[in-house]
Amino acid sequence: MSAFIQYTLQGLATGGFYALAALGLAVIFGVMGVVNFSHGAMYMLGAVGSAVLLDVADVPFWGALVVVPVLLFLFGILVERLLVRWLLALDPLYNFLLTFGLTLLIVDLVKRRYGVSGLPYELPAGLEGRVTIGGLSLSSYQLFAAFFSVALCIAVWLLLTKTRIGMIVRASTEDAERTRALGINVGRWVTPVFGFGIALAGVAGVLAAPFRAITADMGSNFIIILFAVVVIGGLGSILGAVMAGFLVGLVEAYGQAYAPSYAQVLIFVLMAAVVLVRPAGLFGREEAS
Amino acid sequence: MSAQLTETTHVETAASSAPDRRLNPFVRAGLLLLALLVVLALPWYIYPPVAMDIVAWGLFAISIDLLLGFTGLLSFGHAAFWGTSAYVTGLIAIRSGLPFPVAILGGAVVAMLIAVPTGYLAVRRTGIYFAMVTLAFAQMIFFIANQARDLTGGENGLQGIPKSFFGIETVETDPFYFYYAALPLILLGAFIAWRTVSSPFGRVLLAIRDNPARARALGYDVERYKIMVFVISAGIAGLAGGVFSVSHGFASLQELVWQTSGKVVLITVLGGIGTLWGGPLGAAVVVLLEDYLASSGFNGIGIITGSIFVLIVLLFRKGIWGTVADLVARIRSRGRTPGRRDA
Repeated sequence: MSAFIQYTLQGLATGGFYALAALGLAVIFGVMGVVNFSHGAMYMLGAVGSAVLLDVADVPFWGALVVVPVLLFLFGILVERLLVRWLLALDPLYNFLLTFGLTLLIVDLVKRRYGVSGLPYELPAGLEGRVTIGGLSLSSYQLFAAFFSVALCIAVWLLLTKTRIGMIVRASTEDAERTRALGINVGRWVTPVFGFGIALAGVAGVLAAPFRAITADMGSNFIIILFAVVVIGGLGSILGAVMAGFLVGLVEAYGQAYAPSYAQVLIFVLMAAVVLVRPAGLFGREEAS
Repeated sequence: MSAQLTETTHVETAASSAPDRRLNPFVRAGLLLLALLVVLALPWYIYPPVAMDIVAWGLFAISIDLLLGFTGLLSFGHAAFWGTSAYVTGLIAIRSGLPFPVAILGGAVVAMLIAVPTGYLAVRRTGIYFAMVTLAFAQMIFFIANQARDLTGGENGLQGIPKSFFGIETVETDPFYFYYAALPLILLGAFIAWRTVSSPFGRVLLAIRDNPARARALGYDVERYKIMVFVISAGIAGLAGGVFSVSHGFASLQELVWQTSGKVVLITVLGGIGTLWGGPLGAAVVVLLEDYLASSGFNGIGIITGSIFVLIVLLFRKGIWGTVADLVARIRSRGRTPGRRDA
């Protein structure tokens, strides 16, 4: 039983990364109709950025948790202004391909600069040990990562449901045309939303830095799982992205514990089952065809 | 700008649709002959294994074009079929010692078999979702191949695939002659693709690409057509993958990663979609470029290919073929009726 709780915690921590990054993917898709292939590369930049900041400027984990998302927000704005913007009017396929090219570019640039071996990073001060709760010994960092992701997801949820900006973003996600007809300048929110989505991937990357190998390729499997997550949750659905993120994290953790050879395959089997039974995803609406 | 839930992907194809811009039959026959000559002369001018790579990737790109250019479906998981066939071809050749064309045909058949369930699930989602679902399934095949070490050799790959060819030693040892022995398989794949698009079946595919709702209203079972062309395309990708692995003498996980799926889409878009010609053209550019970069010791090929991709998608969405065809058409029409086509 205690092992099971540990796997659950591990699953929630991993699921937290997926949920945060998938949330960013879903918001970008909702408002702009862009499936951002470079999301995995942005996650990688988040982790690599933390390691580089520590190495170059001695910025600790807690500093990186603030600085890196801000930097990635700015980077996202740059990418949107310079590249993504020009293809918004075309089929979503083109931005999918554009961000795919961007991924190759970013990953190989990082590889050239920092090599292929992992960059060093340590658990943040104060979270190195394990905490014992009623005979259960849990990694305090995983505990923190799980709680932090859940809290951040709730915060984003509140931002989206309780504020005026959030209302506009949700309305644009729902029906951009009608939102525009109500006199709201949807275009104004496109650039910051893209930056915001990228920043969320960056947060996931910073959180992953202390207990994942930090390499240029760390985003390459991540992005595929992220796609599986949004297919499971329903790409247009913000709640779906978060729930499916945690679900996939749990499936992965239990899989690694009880059937290690099939842990990764299990995620895709889950996706296949969802596509078969509910093609629009667990929380998605049926597409009009 | 919001979430476009279009059923098929609306891409800019390189093919010109205006009747006055379509090439006349003599020019078309001439171009076909020229293409055949180029393919036949290739290993005289280029190191034969590299020439083999060009035609194999070219056929792989044709399989993508069949889906993207002629049916409006972007498969981002075609490495699954190319790679599966690479492994199956290798296994057949190693374990049975059969001539390599038989092994490759076996690989292509297995690729088609796994395309049936994949296609069945993938066509339930449309547009950009189709790309994501195919991508995810390809990743699943990758993990399975990675796990089945006894069969695939895991990270070491499958090594020592023989080029058995009815005991004809020159073919088995000299890549120059091997090229000509394997070329018929490539041409077979290209011929199947050409027959597919120019048949009544192909016209239905175009109808599905341009207006799926109308195709359905006319009584066509759209999903069934999509699955069928998906399986045909997987078979063509399988032929290409089999030739590739026999030519190299090994099959590795590199054949199954999503970067390979992406590379073939890059090649297709670079060459120009919707023509079948574009793919081989793009393959020649990309394979020669990679060969040049690798031999000059530059590491970070992704920096170059990634930049090219970004530029192509931003500026030259019709690819090489489409851009050149546009230029030629503009020059020709300017000669005939000055100023009329300037707009």
